[in-house]
Amino acid sequence: MRASDEQSSESDGQSSESMFDMELTLLLEAIFQRYHYDFRDYAKSSLRRRLRQAMERFGVSSLSVLQDRVLHDAHALPILLDYLTIQVSDMFRDPTHFLALRRDVLPILATYPSLKIWIAGCSTGEEFYSMAILLEEEGLLDRAIMYATDVNEEALRKAEAGVYALDRVAGFSKSYAAAGGKSSLGDWYTAAYNGVVFDRRLRRNVVFSDHSLSTDGDFTETHLVLCRNVLIYFDRELQDRAIGLFAQSLVPRGFLALGSKENLRISSHAAAFDTFDMHERIYRKQ
Amino acid sequence: MNYAPPASGRTSPPAPLAPVDAIVLGASAGGVNAFLAILSALPSSFALPLVAVVHIPRDKPSLLVKVLGARAHLAVREAGDKDRLLPGLVIAPPDYHMLLDVDGGRRHLAGAQDVHLALSDDAPVSYSRPSIDVLFQSAAEVFGPRVAGVVLTGANDDGALGLQAIKAYGGLCAVQSPDEAPAREMPDAAIASAKPQLVAPLNDLIQWIVALDAHRARDTEGTAVHE
Repeated sequence: MRASDEQSSESDGQSSESMFDMELTLLLEAIFQRYHYDFRDYAKSSLRRRLRQAMERFGVSSLSVLQDRVLHDAHALPILLDYLTIQVSDMFRDPTHFLALRRDVLPILATYPSLKIWIAGCSTGEEFYSMAILLEEEGLLDRAIMYATDVNEEALRKAEAGVYALDRVAGFSKSYAAAGGKSSLGDWYTAAYNGVVFDRRLRRNVVFSDHSLSTDGDFTETHLVLCRNVLIYFDRELQDRAIGLFAQSLVPRGFLALGSKENLRISSHAAAFDTFDMHERIYRKQ
Repeated sequence: MNYAPPASGRTSPPAPLAPVDAIVLGASAGGVNAFLAILSALPSSFALPLVAVVHIPRDKPSLLVKVLGARAHLAVREAGDKDRLLPGLVIAPPDYHMLLDVDGGRRHLAGAQDVHLALSDDAPVSYSRPSIDVLFQSAAEVFGPRVAGVVLTGANDDGALGLQAIKAYGGLCAVQSPDEAPAREMPDAAIASAKPQLVAPLNDLIQWIVALDAHRARDTEGTAVHE
C-alpha cells in the first residue's frame, strides 16, 4: 500500500533506531565504568529524549561520538550530567501535597523529640526549601536534621546557594499560599543577583550530600522521606531498589511522600507500607 | 459487529488500514468536544488502546476523565507512572509529559502487552506539558510501524513533529480536516509536517478508528482465541 520510498525510509528509521538504543546502552555502560555514575536502570523513554537533546547541545551526530567526547574530555561530563539528572521542580509543587504534610503529617512528627528528614533527589533545592519553610513555620526546624541528597554535585551546589530566578518567584508564591503558607513567601527570601536568595537560616540543620539511589545505601532512622517525581525516571527494578532503601531508612510508622502520579503498587516493598493519604501519595511504614 | 457506524451521511475516503497495536491522539483548543464525539461512537468491544494528550490548564485538577468517562462505553483513565497499556482511553495527567516505554527498555518487541506508560516532568515543549510531540515520538520509537497517530483540532503546532516521527517509522497518520476543526492551526501544521495518509472530518476519522480495530481483530484471528 505504501510507496516504495516510504518503505525504505521506514526500515532506515527502524535500523537507525535500534542502533541508537545499542549506542545508548554502550554510553551508559561507559559512563558507569569511567565515572561510576549509574544510569543503566533509568527509564529509557526519558533517556532517549534527553540524550537527543544532549546530542544537539554537543553538536554530535551519534551517541558513539558523544561517548568518545565524554570519556576523553573531563569538561563534557558535567554538561551531560545536567541532561541526565537535572529536574527543574517548583517550590511547593502540587500545593495540596504540602498542605497535607502540614496539616496531617507534621502534627504526628511533632510528637518526636528529634526528627530526621531525607529529601532524596533534591536537585536544585526547590523541594528542600519548601520543606524547610514548612518545618520552620510549624516550629519543628530546630529539632530536625535534614539530608538533602542528589547524584548531581552541581545541582547540590545550587541547592546550597538557594538562588532562584526572579521570573519563577510569582509561581512559587502562589503555590506557597495554596499550600497553607502562614505569611508571605517574601519573608523567606531577599532580592539578589537578578533573582532571589533564600534565608540561610532555613539551611541551619541540613546536610547536602552526594548520593545515588542506584548505588548507595540508606540514611538510618529517618521519620520522613520526601522523594517526589524522581522515581518516574527509573525503570521498575531501580524504583524497587529505591523504595527498598526508603523502607530500610524509615523508623516504624515513618512517612514516605511520593509525587502525585507515583505509587508503590508495583513495588515488592509495597507490603511494608500502609497508605496514609492515597490522593497525595503519602505512605506510612508499618 | 455490534455497533453502528456514526451517521455522517458522507462516503468515507479511501483510508489506509494496517495492523496497529495502539492509537495515539492529540488535541488542544476544541479537543474536549472532539473526544466526546469519538468516545460516544466507540463500542465497549473496542480493544485497541487509545492514548491521548489534551492540552488543559496546567494548574487545574483534571476533570477530563470525569467528563469523557461519562460519555464513553470504554474505560477512561488518567495515566499513572508505569501503568500498563490497556484497552480503553488513557489521558496524560496535567503538568506531566506522558511517554510510552517497553518493559526492560527494549523496543520493537511484540505487542501492547509489553508496553507501559512513563511520566516525566521535563520542561514543557513549546509551552506544553503534556506535549503531543513527546507522546507521539515515544509511540513511534516503541511501536515502529504498528501505531496510528491522530492530530485533532488545536490552536498551536504541537503534534506536527510527533506525527512526522510516526510517519518516518512507517506508522499510520491521520489529521482532522482543518476546514472542519474549531481551531485549524494544529491540523495545518501536522499536515505540512507529516504528510498524513488521511485528512478527513471527525466523523470519517471515527469510522477509520473503528475500522483499525476491526482490522487488528482480523489480523490476530489466526493466533488469538476470540469469544
